[in-house]
Amino acid sequence: MTVLGPPTIQATGRAGRGSPARRRRAWTGWAFVGPFMAVFAFVFLAPIAYAVQLSLFRTRMIGGTSFVGLDNYERAFTDPQFWSAVGRVSLFLAVQVPVMLALALLVALAIDSGRLYGRAFFRVAVFMPYAVPAVVATLMWGFMYGSRFGLVGDLNDALGTSLPDPLSPDLILASIGNIVTWEFVGYNMLILYSALRTVPKSLYEAADIDGAGRLQVIRSIKLPAIRGALLIATIFSIIGSFQLFNEPSILQSLAPNVITTYFTPNLYAYSLSFSGQQYSYSATVAIVMGLLTAVVAYAVQLRAARRER
Amino acid sequence: MFANRRALLRTAALATAVATAAALAACGTDDNDGATTPVTADQVQSALEAGGSITVWAWEPTLKQVVTSFQAKYPKVKVNLVNAGTGNDQYTALQNAIAAGSGVPDVAQIEYYALPQFALGKSLTDLSSLGAGALDGTFTPGPWSSVKVAGGTFGLPMDSGPMALFYNKEVFDKHQLAVPTTWEEYVAAARKLHAADPKAYITNDTGDAGFTTSLIWQAGGKPFSVDGTKVKLDLADQGSTTFAGTWQQLISDKLVAPVGSWSDGWYKGLGDGTIATLVIGAWMPANLESGVPAGKGKWRVAPMPQWTAGGTAAAENGGSSLAIPKAGAHNALAYGFLKYATAGDGVKIRIDNGAFPATNAELKSEAFLNKEFPYFGGQKANEVFAQSAADVVKGWSYLPFQVYANSVFNDTVGKAYVSGTSLADGLKAWQEAAAKYGKDQGFTVD
Repeated sequence: MTVLGPPTIQATGRAGRGSPARRRRAWTGWAFVGPFMAVFAFVFLAPIAYAVQLSLFRTRMIGGTSFVGLDNYERAFTDPQFWSAVGRVSLFLAVQVPVMLALALLVALAIDSGRLYGRAFFRVAVFMPYAVPAVVATLMWGFMYGSRFGLVGDLNDALGTSLPDPLSPDLILASIGNIVTWEFVGYNMLILYSALRTVPKSLYEAADIDGAGRLQVIRSIKLPAIRGALLIATIFSIIGSFQLFNEPSILQSLAPNVITTYFTPNLYAYSLSFSGQQYSYSATVAIVMGLLTAVVAYAVQLRAARRER
Repeated sequence: MFANRRALLRTAALATAVATAAALAACGTDDNDGATTPVTADQVQSALEAGGSITVWAWEPTLKQVVTSFQAKYPKVKVNLVNAGTGNDQYTALQNAIAAGSGVPDVAQIEYYALPQFALGKSLTDLSSLGAGALDGTFTPGPWSSVKVAGGTFGLPMDSGPMALFYNKEVFDKHQLAVPTTWEEYVAAARKLHAADPKAYITNDTGDAGFTTSLIWQAGGKPFSVDGTKVKLDLADQGSTTFAGTWQQLISDKLVAPVGSWSDGWYKGLGDGTIATLVIGAWMPANLESGVPAGKGKWRVAPMPQWTAGGTAAAENGGSSLAIPKAGAHNALAYGFLKYATAGDGVKIRIDNGAFPATNAELKSEAFLNKEFPYFGGQKANEVFAQSAADVVKGWSYLPFQVYANSVFNDTVGKAYVSGTSLADGLKAWQEAAAKYGKDQGFTVD
């Protein structure tokens, strides 16, 4: 107590006297925030600033680097390849995310219901695919999809059927959706399940006393309780869909004619910079896509917030 | 909760940009445009004796033995042989290193089709300044003209790939197929084979830019012409049309196995007879021996099928040079290694290990021509390859941005393999994509 006392008095005393003390206090604050700000500026702001700077220039094989202002952005907004990629991931988002979240919700409710035999095993088994690296998972599925040497091919041989080729242009997006669903159902299940665990037992007891059925408990207690978690899972999934890269990139070697170099926006940015040396335009595509992702995710969040109110 | 969500969003949006920006941060845009001062043969020799250390990026397997014997001859020189990826992967790494200005190797393996892109990008040292002019007549005309870009010499030919028809004799005998001498006969053989055994295909093809351009080359097409910064594209010229017309039949009637080259399924198919032929460069034997042991004794080599009966036209497929990136610091030493590997003692070592030479002396030597290949049932396969090398159609050139063009080949021509698009339309789309890129890069394209 005696140790803590004097500084407090000093501080209040000096603060009353005016500006010099205020300035010192300001510096003290900065000293605390400084290390964070330095790291933040270095790892977050600097790369973005660099990408923005890059996007304002253009480097050509003939003529070198020149400042082009917003030309790259203009090109991005009128680039059919870029927008076809955006369209593809949007379609993916609209179909795959609801399916995946519905499955995750179903599994989470099943585990939480307490009626499941071998609950712990089931939970781990569903979560397991998330622990498999995306690259390995995709390779594995790629082998299964093979209509000549893979599982599909073997099935065709064994049963004399002719299953459609999962790597054909019509089915490729669904095939990728299947891989992503397999990978992330467990992860989303865990988010939802942990939210369900926080529901106080007393609510269920009250529902029992009131004579509520199982479905009614789900509708009136469980679902409202995990709305926040569901929103988080949705936003993660939106971001994940827009950033789709690993799966198409690996399947590309199996289906080079189906998965184009502009299949998803990320893949497009990647091929622009790594096989075309169009770093500036690639940075532009990345920035536009980043903004687009932020806007969509924010819109979803706003909508959810409005509904909550 | 609210604050958390917003933070989450912000983080996510930033993460997207950061990940990309971080990847890009490695790629600056400094131009290393130092003028090169001429180096004499004596200076190269004294550099070799003085010693030092050089880094070589290459994936060609026989270079390992070359490095060993090179170091034995010049004990003070240390060569770090690095496999930085095959083909495009290595070019990506090299381009990034050059752009960043650090980590650039002293010597790099670059395929002929990719050389103009690096040379015009001012990334390579003109070897004329190191005495490459003295090597005139050492190399076969095809490869030697391939390393000459815009008046300079930007690499020394390491190997070449005059094409030939590799066929599985066992399969041909079983189904009583004659070895096709024209592409028309080739298509007929494809039909007959696939009808006799629905699992067997004449060859595999999933759309390969190198193969397509080589066949257009053989058909006498000249779809790319380059004059300084002026580029002309015509993938609907006589040769391209001839190729597209014939190859379309194989694709439409599903007579080519939908298996990518160099895949596991490919090696398997070459071994078990379900892929019956390959029309490919003369560097293939070493790959067959190591990759398809099951095919030993079954395969044979014949001249390429012709577009006109009785013709003798051939084309190159692949092949690489060794080049010296400008940013490298040991030009004289690097050139010493280049010369040793491509025109000196290294050539013999490489041939003994299965490489196909690009030097006149070796191609004409009796020992080389008379070599019997146990893999090909004792056939003197080099005779076929050497003849093919002499028959390569002259006047071909690649685009100065062929690496990029090839990377979008499957986006465009690939459509012909998986949808109703015709090969001719695919080639047209490829031409448009390449022309657009060329214009973007500042070339005059028409």
